[in-house]
Amino acid sequence: MAEMAEASSDATRIAAEARGRVRFEEEALALADQVYSVARHLAGSREEAEDLVQETYARAFRSWRSFQPGTNLRAWLLRILTNLNIDRGRRQQRAPQMQALEANDYFLYDKLAQNDGATDEERVVERLSQDDIVSALSAVPHDFRDVIVLVDIGDFSYQDAAQILDIPIGTVMSRLHRGRRILKRELAESVAEDVR
Amino acid sequence: MTEAHDDPCAHCEEMMQPYLDHMLSDDEMQEAEMHLDECAWCRKRYRFEESLRRYVRQAVNEPMPAELKLKLAALRIPLE
Repeated sequence: MAEMAEASSDATRIAAEARGRVRFEEEALALADQVYSVARHLAGSREEAEDLVQETYARAFRSWRSFQPGTNLRAWLLRILTNLNIDRGRRQQRAPQMQALEANDYFLYDKLAQNDGATDEERVVERLSQDDIVSALSAVPHDFRDVIVLVDIGDFSYQDAAQILDIPIGTVMSRLHRGRRILKRELAESVAEDVR
Repeated sequence: MTEAHDDPCAHCEEMMQPYLDHMLSDDEMQEAEMHLDECAWCRKRYRFEESLRRYVRQAVNEPMPAELKLKLAALRIPLE
């Protein structure tokens, strides 16, 4: 009798676990588009991004038990992805810390408005082409780009970005500020090139 | 920090990033908005920054290839 009860509670446990796993996999797959859109710009190329996303999902499906239900699954997946990206050794290079930056946050606006004559803030950005933006973003050093991609493209909070990258929140903020300036400088350079 | 307070526009610039990220405290938010209400210069630049971010986000958005979606689904662990 006791054995039968034990066997049936085992079966219940196994069934519950299977249901939990299927639910986890479905929830993770439903986030794949969002994971890819972030991965695309964390990685150096489309191919690398695809590899990374596949590796991330393979690992996530294997270690689904370590995900705590009710916490942020998208952040958990991105954490795996950024760790894999770091493991690939692409982060051996250190970001140049002492690059000269423009004096304020507004030089890109000034430059665009000056070249265009138009001063409407929303119209002025349209002078930048999609290619300009994609290549300017890829020119931002990794450490800075990662936070821009997570916060500005992935819509993660500073807190989530700090957890994903395993860095203090203050570092997220300073890299974000600096990274956005670097991005704007790159964009301003692409405007200068277009004009020539 | 103290220097920035002498020039309200410089302080406003300092608050711009956290403002746009919704990371300011209520008091700081109010302070930034008060300044934006009366300063067309900063308002213009805040609006530019906001449009730029939206524009960048749209420009870099790349849909996931359909085959990748299938490959990911194939990675699921089959039920025993």
